[in-house]
This record gives sequence, structure tokens and C-alpha cells, in this order.
Amino acid sequence: MAAVQETIEQVRLIDVDQYKYGFETLVDTEKAPKGLSEDIIRFISAKKNEPDWMLQWRLDAYARWLTMQAPDWARVAYPPIDYQDLYYYAAPKKGGNGPKSLDEVDPEILKTYEKLGIPLREQEILAGVERPEGEPRKIAVDAVFDSVSVATTFKEELKAAGVIFMPISEALHEHPNLVKKYLGTVVPTTDNYFATLNSAVFSDGSFVYIPKGVRCPMELSTYFRINEKNTGQFERTLIIADEGSYVSYLEGCTAPMRDENQLHAAVVELVAMDDAEIKYSTVQNWYPGDAEGKGGIYNFVTKRGDCRGRNSKISWTQVETGSAITWKYPSCILRGDNSSGEFYSIAISNGRQQVDSGTKMIHLGKNTSSRIISKGISAGRSQNTYRGLVSAHRKATGARNFTNCDSLLIGDECGAHTVPYIETRNPLAQFEHEATTSKISEDMLFYAMQRGLSQEEAVALVVNGFVRDVLQQLPMEFAVEAQKLISISLEGSVG
Amino acid sequence: MAAAVHLMKTPAELALAETFAAAADRLPGTPDIAAGRAAAFAQFSARGLPHRRVEAWRYTDLRTLMRDAAPLAAPPDAAAKARAGGKGALFAAVAARRLYVVNGAFVPGLSDLSPEPGLAILSMAAALAQGDPLVAGHLGQVVPSDDAVLALNTALMGDGVVIHVAKGTALARPIHIVHVADLAAPAALFVRSLLVAEEEASVSLIETHEGPADIAYQVNGALEIVAGDGARVSRVKVTAEGSAAQHLASLSARVGAEAAFSEAGFVLGGALVRNQLAIRLDGADTVAHVCGASLLSGRQHADTTLVMEHAAPRCESREAFRAVLDGAARDVFQGRIAVRQAAQKTDARMMSRALLLSDTAEANAKPELEIFADDVQCGHGCTAGALDANQKFYLMARGIPATEAEALLIEAFVGEVVDQIEDETVRDALMGAIRAFLLARR
Repeated sequence: MAAVQETIEQVRLIDVDQYKYGFETLVDTEKAPKGLSEDIIRFISAKKNEPDWMLQWRLDAYARWLTMQAPDWARVAYPPIDYQDLYYYAAPKKGGNGPKSLDEVDPEILKTYEKLGIPLREQEILAGVERPEGEPRKIAVDAVFDSVSVATTFKEELKAAGVIFMPISEALHEHPNLVKKYLGTVVPTTDNYFATLNSAVFSDGSFVYIPKGVRCPMELSTYFRINEKNTGQFERTLIIADEGSYVSYLEGCTAPMRDENQLHAAVVELVAMDDAEIKYSTVQNWYPGDAEGKGGIYNFVTKRGDCRGRNSKISWTQVETGSAITWKYPSCILRGDNSSGEFYSIAISNGRQQVDSGTKMIHLGKNTSSRIISKGISAGRSQNTYRGLVSAHRKATGARNFTNCDSLLIGDECGAHTVPYIETRNPLAQFEHEATTSKISEDMLFYAMQRGLSQEEAVALVVNGFVRDVLQQLPMEFAVEAQKLISISLEGSVG
Repeated sequence: MAAAVHLMKTPAELALAETFAAAADRLPGTPDIAAGRAAAFAQFSARGLPHRRVEAWRYTDLRTLMRDAAPLAAPPDAAAKARAGGKGALFAAVAARRLYVVNGAFVPGLSDLSPEPGLAILSMAAALAQGDPLVAGHLGQVVPSDDAVLALNTALMGDGVVIHVAKGTALARPIHIVHVADLAAPAALFVRSLLVAEEEASVSLIETHEGPADIAYQVNGALEIVAGDGARVSRVKVTAEGSAAQHLASLSARVGAEAAFSEAGFVLGGALVRNQLAIRLDGADTVAHVCGASLLSGRQHADTTLVMEHAAPRCESREAFRAVLDGAARDVFQGRIAVRQAAQKTDARMMSRALLLSDTAEANAKPELEIFADDVQCGHGCTAGALDANQKFYLMARGIPATEAEALLIEAFVGEVVDQIEDETVRDALMGAIRAFLLARR
């Protein structure tokens, strides 16, 4: 019952202001001129001191992007985005070549992360987590502030294990061959409108390489923060797990409360070689806009994992509570024989949020398996859509998929939708899909309230049970965070 | 990516435009109907044949599948009419009132038009020409749609059957519309029918579609059903077109309160078959059962696209679909349960299952839930796979040969949906057709 107790506590402690990460950090920033053009791309590339091939790669993507049109198939509605009215690069001002150590980082920024509960000092651990007996659990953090990475922790310790964990802009200089070999091989520059835009203007993100046979000694995490006005954040994450390695990676996001919509178009690429495993967890809590739908982040993200090797495994876990609009489909390409993909998702929408999220499991190899567990909760006047594809190609003999999508509706003005695509081209592939939509039953609420819980507490209790399957997949540190988030997101949706 | 790119007209689209230009003046209908035809063709023409970028046609790319458009079929001659008399044999055991539509034209001479109180049967061509108020009041308005194939039907519809069942009338016999294509060369048939069952009326409709093998004829059929409050309406449709035929059919049904509606569709023949069903439950406390099965082999392509719209409170719907796929057949099932905000207390369940019997068969399913009301119980399930090896082993261990064991399991698999049909003689006839498919496999 501890988890339930926790939720009830949280519901009780909720501030009037529900989005507690909505503050702004006042730091001097250096921005690229507004708008998007070849010059801006050259500017970004020059800022990062990138090699020529990288600039060319960006320019090719930009040329391609100019010929593309924004996708319109998702169940989301938003006014057309003026791509010339955005800043594509914003970075906190710094002297010289950037901070050598944490002491050189702007104290305002450090304070920001402190407020957000993100440990940038290595002796700290994630707020809200009790220290287990003995050694504290360590988490390495890469903190991305607008367009640049401001700090990366535990670099030395990771280096000793052979793990490369650094901002992708640094990796371009230190490990150019690795970046060149893998960048764009999972999500090509031509993939889709937002991925192509990202390829042209991406500014920072994390690069992770786990060498053969290494089990990454600690959790890796990146914490994304949008701070500047009118900026878009375009980060690019690339994680490569070489043969027999293992890594667990966490990602968190927040942004200040603003009346205008801000664009976040990220690309995440995962590559798992033979016998490797990548576990990728996201707690997405961008500013969702106010109750009337004013402001908030447009979260248009392309995430894809490639199980390139035999027996490889990629697992996506996401808790989506923020963003005005979410358009996101973390996918697995199950190329290697016996590889497996997992997708666990909790998507919560309230107010006027619109969520269109799901996954793609593309079975190419033999005996590949995938599992999809998606829990959508819509409240207020939000629209919440699960959209997923499971496909088995001709050679995917023995492919196996199980999909379960449940939606919960709270209130009579919201919508919950399920749009799965199931494509089978192999008789020995076995796919099962089930989906249900329902509301919290009066009986359950009555039962809980009759035992002395308030209505809000009772709802929290039921919701907790509803999402439990997914929460259990999160690393412990995030599970606690996520549970709090869920109760906060649903605040005000009952009664 | 968005499909705003201007597409070149395909040969089929150009041929359709020519056909329409040439035929517009002689197609039946009052000036109002003619204006409706022109508007419908303009709507079709603006977007052309649906292709894979059109979400509802994602898996049936008509732009590529329909290479050309055949000319409109000529009215049937006496010999064709005579041959048609023996068709519809699948349901010979069902004591039904048989109506014949040959090459797209209603043939009163062949049809059983013996009077029955409360029942009126009319040719669609005549109804259009006379400006029949029933047709004028319902045509194209039962479930409004912007589908291109339905628009094409509205533009080019030639004939069909109009059935009116008066308030409180329970028909003594089912009505069996026997659609026959009797052609020696490719031709196009645009058939439009309307069934209006007034309050408390009870009617059971059977439709069969047959035609010659190896002739690439094209059928574009549309049926609109209006079921009033308390009505009981059921339809069973068997698509057994010739091996080279294209069959595109649209059903639009609007069902009133406290009614019972059932629809069962079986696809046994045709090179390309698409059955699109738009059913709207407009009144409270109605029960709807929709089921179907496709038995495909060779290079057949069958598509069932269903939209079950719950627009009123406390309705219940059940949808069950099966596909058995051999050879390089492709099956598509798209089923959407849409629950409007007013439709509280909806109870809807949809299940679709595909059985792949060969290495080259393909099954695509898209079961959707679109829900805007909070107090609902909705679910869907979907499976795809081969026959269960354990079940087959169990039967073989008891001395049943492998092919026999498979046939038994397939029969049971499809039987689950056939069982939902109320009329026993109809059920038996369908099981007979399924056994014939299984025999042909051996």
C-alpha cells in the first residue's frame, strides 16, 4: 500500500499552481538570429565548430525539408507553425570555451536544476529518493539547457568503464568516426518532416556508446530544459550498445510557463548490437499550457530503436504528462533474429492537451517478439490517441506480439481513441491486440469513498492501479517521480 | 506526409470522366437528381480515386488497383435474363421472395412481386425518373459521407431496388436480391438500392452477387437502409463475384431507437472486393450485430471497412470478423467504433481475427476506437496467425488426416461468426459455401 499512500499524500500537497516547473531562469543568452535559412544552419554548425561533413549533412537535410509538408494524419489540431518566427539556437552566455567544471557554470542555471531536483553535483542523488542501504545509487546526468549541454556528471567514472557519455557536439570532435558511422542510420534525414527539420538544426543532445560486453555501471540520464522565449529545442540523442552490453537511460523534460507555444522536435536513435540491451525511459513534463489551452510545448518527437543484432533488446518506457501537443511514436525495428522490443506507456492528458502517441514494432527477423502496454488517461477537455503499428514482414517467421491498450476517461468532455495498425505477412507470426476504454466505475469509487477516502483520493487510487503495469517498468528513481506527476496531472479533473 | 501534391489523372479516372460526360443525359432522374449526380461527380473528380494516402483506403490503393474503368453495362437481353433465373442457388433452400438485378438493372419479369400488405417494391431507375418522394427524401442522406467511391455511385447509379416496409409490418419471408452479372466483355455496373423499414417493421434481406469468371467487370454498389424506431432489420450479403471482378460496395444504415439491426457479410469471390459499412445508431437502446468473414485464395484482395457510430445513449453493438487466407491473398479489416458525446452507456465490442494458411498471404487490420463519451464500455481485440499447431496435433492424434483436421479447425473458426445469424437455413447455406471453399483447397 506504500505507493498508494504516496499518491494520496501528493494529491493532498498539491499547490494551487499545478505546474511547479513553470519558473523562468534569468540568464544572459546568446541567440542565433530569428528564422531559418542556410545561414542559420551554418551559424549553428560554426558555433559547434563542426567538421565539414556534418555541415553538409545538415544542409542536405534542410534542402530536403524545404520540399516536405507537415504531416496531417495525427489526431491533433494546431495553427500552422511559422518556422521563421523561432530562434533555432539559444545558449547561456559563457566566457571562453565553456565551463571546465561545475564551478564555472552560471549559478542561476545550477539553481534551476536544484529547483528541478536534478543532481548535478556528483555527491547528490535524485531528489525524492531515499538512500538505500550502503552505497547510494548513482545517476550520471547530462543537462541540456535550451540548445546546449551545460554539464555532464560522472564522466571520469564512466570513462574508466569504457562508457562514452557526452554531449553529441563534443562527441563530434572526440569520436567523429563513431558519430559518423551511426548518426542517421536509424532515423534517416529523410524520415519525416520533424526529423528532417531536426537533422538540419539540431543543437545538442547526448551521445552514449557502451563498448562490447560492458554493463553500464550507473543509470545515464539527460535532463532537457527549455528556458528561452520563442526558441525551439532540437536535440539529438544517439545511443549505441555494442555486443553484449547493457545500458539504462532516463530522460526528463520541463519548460517555463509561457503564453506562446514552443516547438520541441527531437530525434532519438538507439542501436543495439548482438545480445545488447537498451532500456530507455522518459518522463515528459513539458509545460502543457493553461486550462484554456493557451501556451505549452509542441512535442513532435521521432524516437526509434534498431535491434540490429541477434538477441538484442530495446525497451521504451514513457510517462507523458506534459506538452500541449504530443506527437511521438517510439519504435523498434526488430532486425536481428530473436530480438525483442517493448513499449510501456502512460499518457495522461488534461485541460486542452492533445496526445497522439504510440509505437511501431516492425518485425523483420525470425523469432522476434514485442510487447506493447499502453495506458491512456484523458481528463478535462483533452484528446488522447494511441496510434500503433505492428507489422511482420515475409521473413519474420515466429514473430510474436502482444498489445494491450487501455484508456480511461475522466469527465464527459474528453476523448480517448485507439488506432492500431496490424499487418501480417507471415503465417507463423502471431499477433494479439486488445484494447478497452472505460471510465472509473461508480462502484470502485463508492467502495473507496465509503472507506473514508475523498473523491479525489479515490480517483488517485484507481488511477494508480490502472497504470501500475507500466510504472513497474520504470527505474526506481523515476517511478517515484512519475507517480507524483500522475497525481498532479489529474488535479482538478474530478468534481 | 500530406497528400496535397496534385496527382495526374489516371487512365481509369479519365475513362470515368468520359463515361459520365457521355451518359449524364441518359441516366435516370429528375433535374434535382441530375444536379446531384453532377455535384457527386465533381466531388469525385476533385480528389480522384482514393489511394494509400487517404487514410480510409490505406491498404486498398484503388488508384493502382483500378487500372482502367470499363464502359457502362448495356441492359440485359432476354437470354441473359433467362440465365439469371437460376442464380442465387446458394440460398435455394431459403423460402425467400427473390428479386433479380441483372447487369445492374432490376428485372421485374423475373422477380417475385406478389403483393404483401405493407410491402412496396420499386425499381430504382423508375423511382429516380419519377422523383419518388421516398428516394428523394433518403438518397445520399442516410449517413452523409464524402467517400469517393460512393460519390461515383451517386453520379453513375443506373438501377437497383427500392423497398419500403410500412409501420408495424413483419414480412413473412426474407427478401433475396439476386445480383447477377451476365457479361461477355468487361463492363461497369452501378447499382443503388434503398430499404426503408418504418417503425416496428421487421425485414430480413439477403443479397448475393455472382458473375462470370475471368471477365474483368466492375461493380460499384450502394445500399442505404433506414430502420425506424423499434424496427428489426437484418441483412446477409454474399459476395461471390467472378475471379477477375472488382466489387466495391457501400452500405449506409441509420437505425432508430430500441431497434435491432444485424449485418453479416461473406466474401467468397472476386479479384478485388471492398465492402464499406457505415452504420449509425441514431436512437437510444438499440442493439446492433455486425459480422463477416472473408475466405480468400489466389491473389484475391478483400477489404472490409466498418464505421459503427454510436450517436445515442445505451446502445449495444457487437462486431465479429474473420479472414481465412490462402495463396497470396490479402485481407484488410478496418473497423472503427465511434462513440459520440451523447452516447453515454454505450457497450461495444469488436473482434477481428485472421488466419494465414500460406507463406504469401497477408492480413492487415486496423481496429479503431474513437470515443467522446466517458461512461462507456468499449473494447476491441485483434489476432493474426496460423492455425494452432496443438489443436491440429490433437485431431491428428485421433486419426484425422492433416487436411481434414485443418478443414475442421477452419470451419470452426469461421463458424463462430456464421453462428450469429438467426435464420437456420441461411446459416446452413453459408456453412455449405465454407465447406466448398475448404474442398477447393485440397
